[in-house]
Amino acid sequence: MLTTILKRLLGAIPNLIGVIVVTFLLTRALPGDPAAFFAGASGTAEAVEEIRKKLGLDKSLPEQFIVYVRDLASGDWGFSHATGQPVLTELTTRLPASLELTLAGLFLAVIVAIPLGILAATRPGSWIDHLCRGIATAGVSLPTFFTGLLLAYIFYFLLGWAPPPLGRLDPYLSAPPTVTGFYLIDSLIARDFEVFIGALKQLILPTITLALFVLAPLARMTRASMLGVLSADFIRTARASGLAPTTVLFAYAFRNALLPVMTTLGMVFSFLLGSNVLVEKVFAWPGIGSFAIEALVASDYAPVQGFVLSMALLYVLLNLTIDIAYGFVDPRMRVDG
Amino acid sequence: MASLTMTRWQLLRYVVAENPLSLAAFLLFAALVLLALIGPWIAPFDALASNVGAPLSPPSMAHWFGTDSLGRDILSRVIIAARLDLGIAVAAVGISCILGGLAGAFAGYFGGWTDRIVGRLSDTIMAFPLFVLAMGIVAALGNTVANIVIATAIINLPFYIRVARAESNVLRNAGFVEAARLAGNGEVRLLFHHIIPNILPPMTVQISLNMGWAILNAAGLSFIGLGVRPPAAEWGIMVAEGAQYIVSGEWWIALFPGAVLMLAVFCFNLLGDSLRDLVDPRRRT
Repeated sequence: MLTTILKRLLGAIPNLIGVIVVTFLLTRALPGDPAAFFAGASGTAEAVEEIRKKLGLDKSLPEQFIVYVRDLASGDWGFSHATGQPVLTELTTRLPASLELTLAGLFLAVIVAIPLGILAATRPGSWIDHLCRGIATAGVSLPTFFTGLLLAYIFYFLLGWAPPPLGRLDPYLSAPPTVTGFYLIDSLIARDFEVFIGALKQLILPTITLALFVLAPLARMTRASMLGVLSADFIRTARASGLAPTTVLFAYAFRNALLPVMTTLGMVFSFLLGSNVLVEKVFAWPGIGSFAIEALVASDYAPVQGFVLSMALLYVLLNLTIDIAYGFVDPRMRVDG
Repeated sequence: MASLTMTRWQLLRYVVAENPLSLAAFLLFAALVLLALIGPWIAPFDALASNVGAPLSPPSMAHWFGTDSLGRDILSRVIIAARLDLGIAVAAVGISCILGGLAGAFAGYFGGWTDRIVGRLSDTIMAFPLFVLAMGIVAALGNTVANIVIATAIINLPFYIRVARAESNVLRNAGFVEAARLAGNGEVRLLFHHIIPNILPPMTVQISLNMGWAILNAAGLSFIGLGVRPPAAEWGIMVAEGAQYIVSGEWWIALFPGAVLMLAVFCFNLLGDSLRDLVDPRRRT
């Protein structure tokens, strides 16, 4: 088992290198000359040259790449011109907000999509099957930013059930003391139930928006994979042996059907992290996505590069986690070692 | 399989009868293409002109979809935007399909180092959350519509590479390819005359499955302020313009462009599904 995990870790390294090379190339492709930018409009040619030397822009590309990697490793991700803070600090303080939203969206999508897919697969052609197919096609067609606005309009403006779509917490409540950075968990640790309810209320609409979008691929894959497994010989044998239908469904079929579903999780995470940016903008969520959008609007590139890199690292990490979890679910992986 | 004894036309009728939504999707698709082609002639007002009606007026007989904060007619803007939105998606998917298809076909056919390089390229793109990579590319290349097209094309590349690679990898050992090889055709000629024409059907399915996603991505990028700039009419940016008014109850500014965008994507996804059922019924899920 340990060697499997180690192998997976090593397997992620080429991806990691690819990600760093691409973000480096994106940095180099920036419009304009960074040295001229720092020197300002009144900068003389010598001043520009000096800054270019100071920034290391006079070196060859491979040398610059080494400097880039060294800076990244030592935590120097550049400065945000808009806030004057180091990019890494900005990102780490905002990351929990994004993660809380992403994980909540994933959780909701999984607990709705998997039962829906199973139900659809056990009753092919029934209304629930059609519902599943309808939701699956409609779900991927929804522009996340539009569903978010629509939900905010219905549940905030028309019905008044939801709080205004502005941020993680009502302005009159103060954030719980930071332990994990997740307001839901931190408020429980601090036993502050008012804050917990407040944070939960703010979280509901953005979570539903995200979940609606990623529900589709999950439900679709669960249904297809369950259908495939349910028609297999060993299921027929299990049924013929008189096992209880629920035992057959969950212990025999579902466990086998889970594998292809876990493989799609990688794609689902890609969708989730991407639409997270849009949802954060709609709900004024103070995460790294809205930070990157603000920076984009202000043509402040260091935060954008930092954002792309951190999202990619997060994604590589999530995929690695899925890979390792796959080994636990699939016993064949354990034997191979 | 019944399709062996059916003509394509019978199969088409069968698919439409089994799933009437496909027919609706096809009609909607035709309507969208028509809008993109003749939009400027049928739009009731100038899409860029301010104060053709009172600002922020709700839908009425004169302005079916209402007007925005500058008094522009939203119906006209939604119609005009069809050309830009579909244009971006078609251009991006076209570039992606040609480049990805060629790279994938070469990789699958020749194998070896070509395959390794193409595989590494596609893995590297897939190592990013795709929308985030598109944001990074547009930020680096510059904030223009052309760069939106490039970014959308790049993030779609892996899907075409994958399909073309898998198909040409199987086809290179097919009997008819062997025969053509023995007849003295060169490798490149084999690739272009015997392999690539045969990977076109699965590529077409991939295009139609991909088109809706490409529209969504492009609209998402302009929603966050990349690429298309005001006052240009584009569905994503129109939703963004309406976003600040939705909490004060002016729903029509964001709703109509958003709903049309959603319909367009829905229509492409349905068409993609039906086309896939038609070309390759086994992949149906």
